[in-house]
Amino acid sequence: MKRDTKRTTVFTRRALLIAGVEVAALGALAAKLYQVQVIDGRRYALLAHTNRISPRLLAPPRGRILDRDGTPVAANQTNWRALLMVEQTRDIAATLDRFATLVPLADHERARIEREIGRHRRFIPVTLRDFLDWEEMARIEVNAPDLPGVSIDVGATRRYPFDDSLAHVVGYVAPPSEDDQGDDPILALPGMRVGRAGIEKFHEAVLRGHAGVQQLEVNAAGRVIRELDRQDGTPGAELGLTIDSALQQAVLSRLGDESASAVVLDARNGEVLAMATNPSFDPALFNAGVSQAQWVEWTNSRRTPLINKAVAGLYAPGSTFKMTVALAGLEARSLTPTDRINCPGHLDIGDTRFHCWRRGGHGLLDLRGGLKNSCDVFFYEVARRTGIDTIAAMAKRLGLGVKLDIELPEARSGLVPTRAWRRAHGHPWNLGDTIVHGIGQGFLQLTPLQLATMAARLATGRAVQPHLTRSIDGVAQPGATADFWPSLGLPEASLDHVREGMWAVVNEPGGTAPLARLAGPQQLAGKTGSTQVRRVSREAREHGFKSENLPWEFRPHALFVAFAPYDAPQYAVSVVVEHGNAGAAAAAPMARDIMAATLERDPSNRAPPPGPRLAQGPKLP
Amino acid sequence: MMERRLLREPEQGWTAKLWQISWGYVLLLCLLAAVGYVALYAAGNGPDAYANRQALRFAVALGLMLAIALIDIRLIARLAWPLYGVGLALLVLVLRYGHVGKGAQRWLEIGGLQLQPSELMKIFLVLALAHWFHRAAWERVGNPLFLLPPALAILLPMALILKEPNLGTALITGMVGASVLLAAGVRLWKFALLAVLAGIAAPLAYHHLHDYQRARITTFLHPETDPLGAGYNIIQSKIALGSGGLWGAGFQQVSQSQLNLLPERQTDFIFTILAEQFGLVGGVCVIALLGMIVLGGFAVALRCTHPFGRLVALGIATNFCLYALVNIAMVMGAIPVGGVPLPLVSHGGSAMLTTMIGFGILMSVHVHRDVEFPDQRD
Repeated sequence: MKRDTKRTTVFTRRALLIAGVEVAALGALAAKLYQVQVIDGRRYALLAHTNRISPRLLAPPRGRILDRDGTPVAANQTNWRALLMVEQTRDIAATLDRFATLVPLADHERARIEREIGRHRRFIPVTLRDFLDWEEMARIEVNAPDLPGVSIDVGATRRYPFDDSLAHVVGYVAPPSEDDQGDDPILALPGMRVGRAGIEKFHEAVLRGHAGVQQLEVNAAGRVIRELDRQDGTPGAELGLTIDSALQQAVLSRLGDESASAVVLDARNGEVLAMATNPSFDPALFNAGVSQAQWVEWTNSRRTPLINKAVAGLYAPGSTFKMTVALAGLEARSLTPTDRINCPGHLDIGDTRFHCWRRGGHGLLDLRGGLKNSCDVFFYEVARRTGIDTIAAMAKRLGLGVKLDIELPEARSGLVPTRAWRRAHGHPWNLGDTIVHGIGQGFLQLTPLQLATMAARLATGRAVQPHLTRSIDGVAQPGATADFWPSLGLPEASLDHVREGMWAVVNEPGGTAPLARLAGPQQLAGKTGSTQVRRVSREAREHGFKSENLPWEFRPHALFVAFAPYDAPQYAVSVVVEHGNAGAAAAAPMARDIMAATLERDPSNRAPPPGPRLAQGPKLP
Repeated sequence: MMERRLLREPEQGWTAKLWQISWGYVLLLCLLAAVGYVALYAAGNGPDAYANRQALRFAVALGLMLAIALIDIRLIARLAWPLYGVGLALLVLVLRYGHVGKGAQRWLEIGGLQLQPSELMKIFLVLALAHWFHRAAWERVGNPLFLLPPALAILLPMALILKEPNLGTALITGMVGASVLLAAGVRLWKFALLAVLAGIAAPLAYHHLHDYQRARITTFLHPETDPLGAGYNIIQSKIALGSGGLWGAGFQQVSQSQLNLLPERQTDFIFTILAEQFGLVGGVCVIALLGMIVLGGFAVALRCTHPFGRLVALGIATNFCLYALVNIAMVMGAIPVGGVPLPLVSHGGSAMLTTMIGFGILMSVHVHRDVEFPDQRD
């Protein structure tokens, strides 16, 4: 019993000790609370009531886009603008009225401002006016006491140094729409833009960057007292393109006034060196907002300036498809390089007569001669022997009618028909359909980029994919070397027969495109094409039909594909001139000059490999 | 022998037991819950966001508490070690099958999902330790071999909770266990030795802490270094407390905490809202109320005639007190943020339930304070 008493005594003593410690600790808390709330409280209360800490998001600078030499093709320039902090103004309408007396606001501007005020959270400022000049800024600053919540801010706006010459490739940015803003709160910030087309749209996530945060101490009147803390955002990544902007300008100017497009590829690795579409537009116009009149003009134009014809223009390839048909025949062994086919000027299938472009016919031709003379009957016959599905499979191997890995959201995949495709549309496939596809007509719909890709693959035998991104933030992107790309798996002998035919087209007397011959020692191999956009009746054909006499929109398209130098191919070119009549006359000289300019600039051998920027300043020993 | 003694005791009816419950103490708990209701009303700008749901939870938990209060404390004692086993199993399950969220998400979820087994574990640990020392003769308490099992019983759940990882709760678990050992009569110099060992181990342990835990300690030492990151909550909380002043901004008055500037305001930082709106006066009243509840627990302990009940009541009261201390010290920036809620006030069902289970057992000790409960083996 004594032991128990002892035990109880110890427990009581220690329980009281523990309780004492705990109560003391609670008392200490109360004392600390006194310190925080009353002694230090005045300081904190000031922070809370008069000097609010107001966090502000900082828009990250959008990543620049450079060409392969490091020349900016999309950059940022400073933009002085007036902002309104909605939570700092009591009477929004009165403030806007006063602002309008200093800097006139059009009705549609005011409507936009009111819409944004309703949409944004109250601590996100709304842009009242972009691109202020000095005089306007001075007027606003002088009247600042009458304009609660209005501040002048420096932001960045997108600048395109090459104006319209790279508009289709680089694309453009525009203010975000309400749909965009669900993605990322920083889009609500003034001055934020999102890519709407081209590279700007495709690489939006890379270019945008991440917002920073600024902690501002703001007094009761909303005036910023000081910056307490600043975490700069992460700027968007810098993109290096494969484009040679000087070459691009040369190509665009060579297209002249034609509604046309041209693509220059490095045939060995698929780098797009130039991709020109004419007519073009000024991408900077989208930044501020396109006027209604401008928009109507663009969208109503038959020459479709807003469409990147190089990747979204669809054309029947015409005779430029004949290499594909030949390779399909060689692969299927329905054609040998030495097979000779007689061209009497037409081919009769059932009671339908298919004409050769040359009324008298070409007589006996082998593959080389068929390509050189672009004989239609020869390829009617090859197509008949080979069949459409085999031809379509070869076309897809060469990059035709498939989705290419180009970094342009506008790119279309076109169409290379098959029996199954025709059946799915509720029609049988007729032999006559196969015949016309032998010369690249019929249902075929291809883009100039696909034609250039085909030329590059024919030239190198590798399945190169055209691409525009050379580096992201200085990190080289894969695909810059030829051995990155797998072989097409076509016998080199077959390719050589086709290449030789293309060489003969340009460089042998009697070829269809003598105008494409290069002046210098290097040789170009190519192929013409012209595709009707309207069926020519037999009657017209027999009465000396001349397509030049047609109205512009009914004239055939002119096409040319080429690669050079013939003995060691480096570059591939495709040119499509809308309603340009004959490929040999309209497109071939352009392709020649473009290729000559490319060989002269030799961009793929000139540019240093992309990599991290070298530090500025003298080198250390 | 034991059964015979139990049989000799007059059977207490349910109604008789109900009268034995300390209704004054229940009133204190209801008062604290009412404080929670007011705070959550303010945090949610109305009763719908948090307050009403919490009131419903309290009603359920109160019923559970009263039911537990009527369970014979000797039955609870017999279940002590099995419950301890269940608690360990739950901890292992959480480690094996608990959520794997990382970073900030885990920080939120510690209060909800992960804390539950560890909170129960602390109560079960108190029961197990009390059971161990209940039947210990005074001399045996001095025997190191006799102290080895309870020490392991404390360290095992601590290790599991540490692995979750939840440093704050692991430390509270250790302190609760230590308080029971202290009250059971373990010599003071042994605690002193332990403290020295812990002092040596702390720098070593720091190296094994998770990055986020180190960030908390760094932020605690220099909250201004990271005003938008980990230090943001503490700075905003301090500003809110300061703006409360002596008398407070007034209930439902515009305040820092209502401007969405204070994250986690309905859970970990609920005390901030109270102290902002009702000032130092209100804050001290809440601390006093917490103190009364703690002291009430100690009163139950001192009034109890059997060692098991005494130790259990002391352990549960200490557990509650540590929770309140850690939470309030945390919102004032006095200790690193630990994701520990303020019991019965913070929004959340799991913490509410475990707290009330604890008080149910405490009340059972009180109801059965005079039952014959032999403390040594024959």
